[in-house]
Amino acid sequence: MTAMVKAEAVHKYFGHVQVLKGIDLEVRAGEVFCIVGPSGSGKSTFLRCINHLEQINAGRLYVDGTLVGYREKHGKLYELRDREVAAQRRDIGMVFQRFNLFPHMTARENVMEAPVQVKGTSKREARDRADQLLDRVGLGDKRDGYPAQLSGGQQQRVAIARALAMDPKLMLFDEPTSALDPELVGEVLDVMRDLAQDGMTMVVVTHEMGFAREVGDSLVFMDDGVVVESGSPRQVLSDPQHERTKSFLSKVL
Amino acid sequence: MKDPLDKTADATPPSAPAPELIKAIPVRHYGRYVAAAVVLTLLALFANAVANADLRWASVGDFFFDDQILEGVKNTIVVSVLAMLMGLVLGIVLAVMRMSKNPVTTTVAWGYIWFFRGTPVYVQLLLWFNLALIFPILNLGPIYKDEMTDVMTPFMAALLGLGLNEAAYMAEICRAGIQSVDEGQTEASHALGMTNAQNMRRIVLPQAMRVIVPPTGNEFINLLKTSSLCAVVMYEETLRKAQNIGNNSGAVVELLLVATLWYLLITTVFSIGQYYLERRYARGTSRQLPPTPWQRIRRNLFTVGRGTGSEVRGA
Repeated sequence: MTAMVKAEAVHKYFGHVQVLKGIDLEVRAGEVFCIVGPSGSGKSTFLRCINHLEQINAGRLYVDGTLVGYREKHGKLYELRDREVAAQRRDIGMVFQRFNLFPHMTARENVMEAPVQVKGTSKREARDRADQLLDRVGLGDKRDGYPAQLSGGQQQRVAIARALAMDPKLMLFDEPTSALDPELVGEVLDVMRDLAQDGMTMVVVTHEMGFAREVGDSLVFMDDGVVVESGSPRQVLSDPQHERTKSFLSKVL
Repeated sequence: MKDPLDKTADATPPSAPAPELIKAIPVRHYGRYVAAAVVLTLLALFANAVANADLRWASVGDFFFDDQILEGVKNTIVVSVLAMLMGLVLGIVLAVMRMSKNPVTTTVAWGYIWFFRGTPVYVQLLLWFNLALIFPILNLGPIYKDEMTDVMTPFMAALLGLGLNEAAYMAEICRAGIQSVDEGQTEASHALGMTNAQNMRRIVLPQAMRVIVPPTGNEFINLLKTSSLCAVVMYEETLRKAQNIGNNSGAVVELLLVATLWYLLITTVFSIGQYYLERRYARGTSRQLPPTPWQRIRRNLFTVGRGTGSEVRGA
C-alpha cells in the first residue's frame, strides 16, 4: 500500500511555543486514520499542516508523494505561490469543527461553489452533482435552505458534501462532532462511516472513541506535540502501553 | 389514536374550569399626559408662528418645479452619485492597501486617510478649486497637458473634493466590513482550493457587504447633503440655484424651503433604496426576513381576492 500522507519529523512553532515536536507517521491509502489526545496536544494543528493551512517549520510532509507547501530543487526549498498551494488543496477535503459553511449561500450553492469556481465545472453539472451528494448525506430536501436554517448536524453533513464535491483523494476531519448537541452526533458519524466503507482515505481528529474503535484502521495518541502511542484502535484503546495514554483514556472512556 | 408519549393532552384537562381573569385598575401615568400637553402646546405655538410668518407659500409651489431648480437637483444627484462611486472604488483599494503585508502601501493608505479625514471637506473643495493658482498648467507628461483652469471646472472641483474625501471614510468602512467576516470562512474556501482572489470575491466580500451597506447608505445620504457645500466652488447644484433665484426675486426663505424640500425628498427616496439593498445582503443571516411594506400590501390584496376580506365587507 502506498502512503497517502507521510510526515517526517514535522515541527511547528507558534512564536516561541513549540506545538509539534517531531511527528513521524504514515497514513495508507484507503484507511481511516484517527488522531486522539487531550486538547492542546497539537492534533488539530497537525491536521491543518496537511493541507497547508498552517506552515510547518521543520521536517517534511508529503501528500500522495508530493511535498506540501514547498518545492524542493537542488537541495533548496522554495515556497509555493498562492495559486500552487490552492492547486494542492483541491484534492484534499476538509471538514471543520465549526462547519464554516458559507452563510450567504444555500446548501446546494455551498456544494456547487468549489467545483464551479476552482474546477470550472459547468453550473448544470455541478448542480446535479450537488443534489446527488446532498441526497447521499440525507439532505435532499434541504438543498435550498441557508445554513442558518439548518441544525448543527445538518450543517456538518452539508460541509461533508461540500468537501466531497471536489472528489478528494483524502479527507481531513477536525473534530467534526465536537460542536454538536449529543443527539446530533450520530447522524454525522453515520455519514462518515458510510464514506469509510466506500474506501475514502480519512484522517480524523476526534474524541469519539466508539467511532475510532469501530471504523478506524489506525490510531495515534498525541500529547504535548508528540505521538505517544500508535497502533490499531482496538489495541491502543483497550490495552494502552503508556502512562499518559492510560490516564487520558481513563478520563474520556 | 393517542400517542402514549404525548403528554400535552394531559397538561390541560378539558374539564378544568376557566380561570377568573384578573381585572385590575391600571396604573395612571400622569407624567405622560403632562409631557404630551407640553409638547402639543409647543407645537401649536410653532405652527402659529409659521402661519403668521411673512412667507409667500405660493412662491414655494411656483418655484418647486422651476427648470433651474430641477437642473440643480439633477446636478446634486449627478455629483453625489459620481463622488460616491469614486469613494467606493478608491475606498476598497485603500482598504486592501491598508490590510496588505506591504509596509509601504499600508503607510501610504494610513496617511491618505489621516489627511482627508483630518481636514474639513469645505477646505478641500476650496483647495481643489484654487489649484490653478499654484499649478497653472496641468502636465501629465506625454499623455496630457492643458491649462489648469480648463480642467478644474466647478464640476471637477466638486467631484474631486467630495469623492477623494469620501474615499477616506469608505476605506475605513470597507476595512471594518472585511475584518468582520469570520476567519473560518477564508480557511474553508482555501481548503476547497480557492485562491486568495476567489476567496475575496466570492466568499469574503459578499459577507462583508452586510456590514458595509448600512454605513455606506448613511455616507451617501450625508454626501447628498454635503454636496450643498459645492455652491462655494460655483457648482450649480440645488442650493446654489435656489440662492440665485432667491436673491433675484427677493423670495430668499421661500427658495431655501424649496431646496429643503428637495433635499428631504431625495434623501427619503435613497433611504428606501437602502432598505431594500440591506435586505438583499441579509440573505442567509436570519431565518425569515420580515415582509417589506410592498409585500404586505400585495399579501393583503391577495387575501381580499381569496375571500377572507370579502366576508368582512359583506357583513
